[in-house]
Amino acid sequence: MTSPLRREDVAHVAKLARLSLTEAELDLFTEQCGKVLEHAADMNSLNLDGVVATAHPFGLINVVRDDEVRPSLDRDTVLAMAPDAEDGRFAVPRIMGEAP
Amino acid sequence: MKSAQQIASEVRSGVTTAIGELTTSLRAIRERNDELHVFLYVDEEGAIEAAARIDERVGRGDDVGPLAGVPIALKDNLCQTGIPTTCSSRILEGWRPPYSATVIDRLMAAGAVPVGKTNLDEFAMGSSTENSAFGPTRNPLDPSRVPGGSSGGSAAAVAADMTPIALGSDTGGSIRQPAALCGLVGMKPTYGLVSRYGLIAFASSLDQIGPFAKNVTDAALLLEAIAGHDPMDSTSLPEPSPSLVAHVNDGVAGQRIALVRELVEGADDDVVASVYRAVETLRDAGATIVELSIPELHLGLSAYYLIAPAEASSNLARYDGVRYGLRVDADDVAAMNEATRTAGFGDEVKRRIIVGTYALSAGYYDAYYGQALKVRTQMIAAFKRAYQQADLLIGATTPSVAFTFGSKTKDPMAMYLNDVFTIPTNLAGEAAVSVPFGTGEAELPIGVQLLGPGRSEARLFAAARVLEIAEGRS
Amino acid sequence: MKLPNGWEMVVGLEVHTELKTASKMFCGCANSFGSEPNTNTCPVCLGLPGSLPVLNERAVEFAMAIGAALHSTISPSTFHRKNYFYPDMPKDFQISQYDLPINSGGYLDLPDGSRVSIERAHLEEDTGKSTHLGGSGRIHGADRSLVDYNRSGVPLVEIVSGPDIRSSDQARAYASELRGILIATGASDGRMEEGSMRIDANVSVRKANAPFGTRCEIKNLNSLRSLGRAIDHEALRQVEVIEDGGVIRQETRHWDENLGETSTMRTKEEAEDYRYFREPDLVDLAPDQAWQDRVRASLPPMPAERRRTLADRLTDPTEAQLDAVEVVIDLGLEPWVHSALDRGADITLALARAANELAAGIDGLVNLTLDAFTQTLLMEQRGELSATQAKTVLGELLASGGDPAAIAAAKGFEQLSSDSLGATVAKLIEQHPDEWARFRDGDEKLAQFFIGLVMKSTKGQANGKAVIAELHARR
Ligand SMILES: [Mg+2]
Ligand SMILES: [Zn+2]
Repeated sequence: MTSPLRREDVAHVAKLARLSLTEAELDLFTEQCGKVLEHAADMNSLNLDGVVATAHPFGLINVVRDDEVRPSLDRDTVLAMAPDAEDGRFAVPRIMGEAP
Repeated sequence: MKSAQQIASEVRSGVTTAIGELTTSLRAIRERNDELHVFLYVDEEGAIEAAARIDERVGRGDDVGPLAGVPIALKDNLCQTGIPTTCSSRILEGWRPPYSATVIDRLMAAGAVPVGKTNLDEFAMGSSTENSAFGPTRNPLDPSRVPGGSSGGSAAAVAADMTPIALGSDTGGSIRQPAALCGLVGMKPTYGLVSRYGLIAFASSLDQIGPFAKNVTDAALLLEAIAGHDPMDSTSLPEPSPSLVAHVNDGVAGQRIALVRELVEGADDDVVASVYRAVETLRDAGATIVELSIPELHLGLSAYYLIAPAEASSNLARYDGVRYGLRVDADDVAAMNEATRTAGFGDEVKRRIIVGTYALSAGYYDAYYGQALKVRTQMIAAFKRAYQQADLLIGATTPSVAFTFGSKTKDPMAMYLNDVFTIPTNLAGEAAVSVPFGTGEAELPIGVQLLGPGRSEARLFAAARVLEIAEGRS
Repeated sequence: MKLPNGWEMVVGLEVHTELKTASKMFCGCANSFGSEPNTNTCPVCLGLPGSLPVLNERAVEFAMAIGAALHSTISPSTFHRKNYFYPDMPKDFQISQYDLPINSGGYLDLPDGSRVSIERAHLEEDTGKSTHLGGSGRIHGADRSLVDYNRSGVPLVEIVSGPDIRSSDQARAYASELRGILIATGASDGRMEEGSMRIDANVSVRKANAPFGTRCEIKNLNSLRSLGRAIDHEALRQVEVIEDGGVIRQETRHWDENLGETSTMRTKEEAEDYRYFREPDLVDLAPDQAWQDRVRASLPPMPAERRRTLADRLTDPTEAQLDAVEVVIDLGLEPWVHSALDRGADITLALARAANELAAGIDGLVNLTLDAFTQTLLMEQRGELSATQAKTVLGELLASGGDPAAIAAAKGFEQLSSDSLGATVAKLIEQHPDEWARFRDGDEKLAQFFIGLVMKSTKGQANGKAVIAELHARR
């Protein structure tokens, strides 16, 4: 059921992940990542209908904290990390569209 | 070099000073760091300050803790306030976190003296430390070979006698594998035993911080100091740190230990021979030995190399050039994100982000990520069945001894196969330890792996200690 | 508004409400509006490497309270990551609930008797806020943006209605009733102007009883007025497109309040692939029965019940009285009204003073005791205060509290006792014998003439009703 990874899949996924790949990288990654997915194909021979998915190794539930305010970081410290800051805020180049 | 236990006891009793021990450590680092490339950053000033404070407190008669004056190396994916933390990535170059990981706070509270940050595969993705953006680390036992990875720097720090103990992180074997390749004890604790707060995430549901040491007692001492519930980590187990050092000499009498066929399959002959010899040693020490097959373990690699990249693709999205780290300028914010990430991440990181993004994307989720999570369920069930028949499992840590540089870098899959024995423990969230036992090709150390269910750290250390004593290392 | 030619609009609303917790959803930073930019931030809400979220218990309880008030089923739930890149989102994913929300199902009954179904009400975190510089100051044409992460990680509940709404009036009534519920539960302050309640509308059109048409989503409607206008505009646009032979594309649209129209933001083909997966840094949420019961038990009465209780005191209510009841319930003023009624105040007067004077001075409500309000109304009713004077006294009470009688005395209002009013009226009758004769002959309009004279001579401090009573007594 697994279709081998196509070059255009890698290009699409790279776009989603905000990575730009050269033509040579596209070829190389298509081949290398394809091998990983091919190896994963051994799972597809299994009938796992009805098996629950495990996202967590242990079944802790309801881990919460009290609604208490704790000290925040000093703003100068926070903005000192920023590649660019202005007027107490993080500065970025123009944003081309609204949030989805 | 003295053991951590010995240093702590001597510092506490005033036989030696923390400053003196630190000086020894810093000298060793100065002597070999250029050659081996172990530390990315040595915090001499901070370490001297911390050591002086410990000596001062000892002078006042204070109890300075179980790791009093013990120099320790930290994998550079642990955040430490004001200290450059890079994950061996260009994208974080120059970043100094404004906060410290819980484990570092606990180390300081236990009297340890952090001396610096060690090299790793970029974002802990790799098994040789060749993927560091700042160059590879060499194996101190044979500088023509890799130290393993991803915690290769931390393993090399201890193997080169730079520090007696070190912290690493293990997502698919990243402590146990370099421990095996550098002749050390290394443990991947039960998921949730050690707080991940301040550990820069690779794959959140698999990552655990754990100890490197030259001997079992030091590893237990270190783990005991950092384990226990942390309210800053929702996945932290709700219980205090277990008592480990007190049990290292409990032995294995009456324990049922299972040799698992899938955990030696495909390993080099010298590695298999060591495992069999370890089994005999444990039998001689009073353990009951059984043999088991757990066929599900074959699926571990497939599931892991989808789950870990999937989580990583999301964990690594935040490196976008907006708030910290590298920014490569561009005309608009999306182009800036892309230029920054393209320049800041190395190839292995990009490969995993691509695989992970693909595995989660619309239309492929069920076939890849969804299926991997089900395999994970089966893996957990398989281990559970095994632990009805045995208290502990035994096998190899790695298929071979330390390999040479470049021998597996061309084919990522060949590198991934190095983790085949260590990955299942991470998927199941359980505990395992690698202990040096015998040598193989070129007199290089071989690691034997002992695996246990969740919260079995004390039993694992006790069994590892039996092997260590048999090897003449007390 | 009614759509032409038998068309009907089909609307579902997604309402995001910020929760009134002290701290943020996953960290201890203060959840407060209007702080200096980036002063309420920490490793967690800045998404710094290595940081981890820990869920705020109070946020969970507010979510459960909202669910209980909407008759939802509270179920075991999980958190997912919704992955997309955006600079106001520090981790470049949003922690939200996906296939297993904390509240599913439910309904909301509107004052007009209609019922809107609730699909889900789930927990998620808010994003930071960007300001656009250069160009027009809007996102388009700006040359750079500045980001403030104070709002990043503030807890939200997103309430998704079924596609049951059929008019913009009904949409507004739904939003308004929901807002009342959110305020009543204590979960939200419902301040749309501050963005603590934001609405997305899914709009489609169809001919009566036909299958649903293709819908468009209008994002970020930040007032009831925008909501109504945007829905009407969008429904009409869709009708026009279809009647011109076109088809509606599924897309996200932006409402421009100034232009009064919606425009394409993103088409379905450009829709993001959010790559949802379970948030591995959080564990499952499964409130047990005892926890749910505690939350339910502490729920105060909801607006519908409060409205009923108040309306039950009205016999043969007028339109104006019902409108006043709405305002009183919306603003939570009924304790004052009930107190006044319990001690004999006239219901029309009590509703009017609450819906007008108290509503206008809502920020001063902390200064006004139930007793002071009641006293003021009773003084007005007894003719000891004119309407104008009563309003002045209430204004004073709202501004700085105090005793109504003492305030009236200090302002010299006590001269309006019935004795002095009688003397004034008698003098004016003497001065205007012709007008008085016509009034005596039954020309009621002249009552207004005398009231005007009395008001003039008392500088507006007389009670109009008392003047009429005085005139009638002398006729
Ligand atoms: Mg949402
Ligand atoms: Zn915060």
